[in-house]
Amino acid sequence: MFSINLVILIPFIAAALLPFSYRRFNKTHLGWFVLIVPIVLFVLLARLIPSVASGKTYVHTYEWIPTLDFNFTTYLDGLSMIFALLITGVGSLVILYSIFYLSSKESLQHFYCYLLLFMGAMLGVVFSDNLMVLYVFWELTSVSSFLLIAFWNHRQASRHGAQKAMLITVSGGIAMLVGFIMLHTMTGSFSIREIIASISEFSDHALFIPAMILILLGAFTKSAQFPFHIWLPDAMEAPTPVSAYLHSATMVKAGIYLVARFTPVFGADEVWFWVVSIVGMITLFWGSFNAVRQTDLKALLAFSTISQLGLIMSLLGLGSIALQFGYSADSVMYTQATFAALFHLINHSTFKGALFMVVGILDHELGTRDVRRLGGLMTFMPFTFTVALIGSLSMAGLPPFNGFLSKEMFFAATVHIMEVDIFSLPSFGIVFPVIAWIASVFTFIYCMIIVFKAFLGKPQPEKLDKPIHEAPIGMLIAPMILAALVVGIFFFPNLLGQYILQPAMSSIYPNFGDTADLTPKISAWHGVKPELLMTIGVILVGAILFKFLKLWKPIYGLFSSRFTLNALYNNLLASSVSKSNIVTNRYMNGLLRHYLIYIFVFFVLAVGGYLFYSRAFSFDISTNAPFRVYEVCLVAIMAVAALSMLFAKSRMTATLLNGVLGYSIAIFFVIFRAPDLALTQLVVESVTTALFLLAFSHLPDWKKEKLPTRTKVVNGIISIMVGLVVVLVGLSVVDFTQFETISSYFEDAYELAGGANIVNAILGDFRGFDTMLEVVVLFIAGLGVYSMIKLRAKKEDENIEDQ
Amino acid sequence: MKINDVILRTISRIVVFIILTFGVYLFLSGHNTPGGGFIGGLVLASAIVLLYLSTDIETVKKSLPLDFKYVAALGVLLATSTGFGSILFGVPFMSQTFAYFDLPVFGLTELTTVTIFEAGVALTVVGVLVTIILSISEDGG
Repeated sequence: MFSINLVILIPFIAAALLPFSYRRFNKTHLGWFVLIVPIVLFVLLARLIPSVASGKTYVHTYEWIPTLDFNFTTYLDGLSMIFALLITGVGSLVILYSIFYLSSKESLQHFYCYLLLFMGAMLGVVFSDNLMVLYVFWELTSVSSFLLIAFWNHRQASRHGAQKAMLITVSGGIAMLVGFIMLHTMTGSFSIREIIASISEFSDHALFIPAMILILLGAFTKSAQFPFHIWLPDAMEAPTPVSAYLHSATMVKAGIYLVARFTPVFGADEVWFWVVSIVGMITLFWGSFNAVRQTDLKALLAFSTISQLGLIMSLLGLGSIALQFGYSADSVMYTQATFAALFHLINHSTFKGALFMVVGILDHELGTRDVRRLGGLMTFMPFTFTVALIGSLSMAGLPPFNGFLSKEMFFAATVHIMEVDIFSLPSFGIVFPVIAWIASVFTFIYCMIIVFKAFLGKPQPEKLDKPIHEAPIGMLIAPMILAALVVGIFFFPNLLGQYILQPAMSSIYPNFGDTADLTPKISAWHGVKPELLMTIGVILVGAILFKFLKLWKPIYGLFSSRFTLNALYNNLLASSVSKSNIVTNRYMNGLLRHYLIYIFVFFVLAVGGYLFYSRAFSFDISTNAPFRVYEVCLVAIMAVAALSMLFAKSRMTATLLNGVLGYSIAIFFVIFRAPDLALTQLVVESVTTALFLLAFSHLPDWKKEKLPTRTKVVNGIISIMVGLVVVLVGLSVVDFTQFETISSYFEDAYELAGGANIVNAILGDFRGFDTMLEVVVLFIAGLGVYSMIKLRAKKEDENIEDQ
Repeated sequence: MKINDVILRTISRIVVFIILTFGVYLFLSGHNTPGGGFIGGLVLASAIVLLYLSTDIETVKKSLPLDFKYVAALGVLLATSTGFGSILFGVPFMSQTFAYFDLPVFGLTELTTVTIFEAGVALTVVGVLVTIILSISEDGG
């Protein structure tokens, strides 16, 4: 049976196989084999479009940790379908493009491994119904994008950008995790569907607003909303296929997905409307405003992406207002904003993906992305120019391209919002269309910069490293497909509306009656309405401002670089490193004795403190078994061995005495019928002795330490305290009733696990998860020891950075 | 420094086999009597260490061409993948099961999936221990 879980797993499986099999594909580019994965997934998903369009959803559950309510539940509905199609569809095109972009000399196996990991993680995000699983995938996208951004890790800027992106998105992700846990506290469920069904009972819960804000933080950091947008321009250090994929079509849209997914949860609250729409509006304006000042085309596209994400975000905010009024004929009008958001989401992926690829072509073929060095490329690169022109005009919102349609709907939504009586000041609503219009003027200007500055005008071959020539055909296929989509969607938008957007609308507005109401007819000509006049205004004012760009561009110089958000981030990072260095150096002073003191004092305080706090001291010796002679003898031997260790003259003597202690404990285990422990103790004791013997010749001479009396007293007090606590724990453990006893498990070991050995039943069956992680820890510790000894950095190898 | 190690060599030749057999026995018997992956692994590792101690490293490397880092990695992979293996059968992560089979030589035998998990544990223990001991002993020697 086809299952959505498989769709998530396939990229991961492929990524896991890649490191082992890439050597076999030496002759052909590795990308051709990787390309199969997204294409297969896309086809698999596309086959489900008709049934999803007819309202069917697919749910599949694997129990993961059912006791904690963590289940691997996947859920395919209209909303996740849009995103999954973008992830696999754009993914296919990006991989196709990357085949020609990255030469076989690069470490392709790493690149495609990360890319597949990322693809799987993104699919996991959009398909997960369980919040905890969603969170795991969410952070996995951060990690894999970190690896992708830092792919050229010999460059400092790449590492810096990757770190910045990861720090910001991961901190947002942690905030989101807290929000998820709050949701679980309120509703008692981690399942998004169950939460949506029951959330209306909790809208006045004290945690409702905090949970909403925390989840929005996750979404805003991921989608590069103001003021968290600063990571996106730096992430442009990644190879261009990565930028086209992560930073236009997928990862940044995970935040959009989250907001859309949680609209039925929080959307009915006024705070949601205000936060989402205003943050979106600010981002829209700030991104477009800053895009104009960029001279690097890729940076320009980065700011433009920020701006467009703000647009989609604000539309989702505006659309949530419909939930506040509940379902009625009037409120359905406001759902059109959400429709426009989803529509623009798809459009943006097409035109922005194409534009990123074009910039990648320029970078790859000409060696620069700087508009000041480009110009007049039109006649030399006709195909690239065509794609760039289509993408730019679509982004500027001109017909006959899909950007025009969604831009018109955006304007319409901002105009509609003025009619809502949500404020005490009725005229305040005018702010939305005004900001939208101004931001669109800037959008128009930067689109013109791409077209006019890079492709028209006079060619400047003397400023380029390579002769101007058209890109190889393979590199052009992917952007041309996207450009064709840009035009195709303009002429057949309702096909998209009916099959893709309508089911998504019904997942965002689950209780909004007839889905047909939620799907407005998209038409290129809808009469002379405010939105059309706004577009005409944008073109006129934008063209004038573009013409006189030189005159007003100096206003960007007014912003001092000392007071930007970037400077704030850098200062914060630098000061946190230096401050924590100061703090850490105070206690991590390299003295093993001090570290032991921390450990022992913590142990005494934590364990002893808990014993004292919980009044678990009570013990009753009278019920214990009587001492026998050999037990007393053993104790005496151990006491003598331990005490004489203090006065040992040589290291060898001390080691042997330590061995006496260890083997005596083993004998105790034998006496008390714990053969497992005895065996383990014996072998461990032998192995540690062997280890010690190996290290013996490296150790310094055994000297009597001349310690000041004060240190001796402190050490003595600590060791006595530790001993005391251990004894107390041992005594009180018999009567300890603080926790539920687990002995019933042991009694049933034979029935439950089929094993007569209780110890092993615990290790393997009942607490197998612990054992598994312990094995992993052991492995990592072993690797740590190995690399510390074997791979010690040699002094001359340290300067491998920044070639 | 050359020490007289004739006795050590002669005895360890025999003892190593005894310890190895004992380790395997411990590992297999762990489900019902004392033993199991961890102890079995420790015993196996100590046998290998003894081999290294009594003979020189080069000789052992020739007769036992194993990279113990990979042994450890294989062990971790085995231990974790049994957890995921249970997911394939639609039961929660890390579920184990057992059944009785009538095998030709052994008669009625209990087979359990824990054994695979324990094998992973044992391999990890062997791999990590030998890796650590070898790298310490080779270091600057």
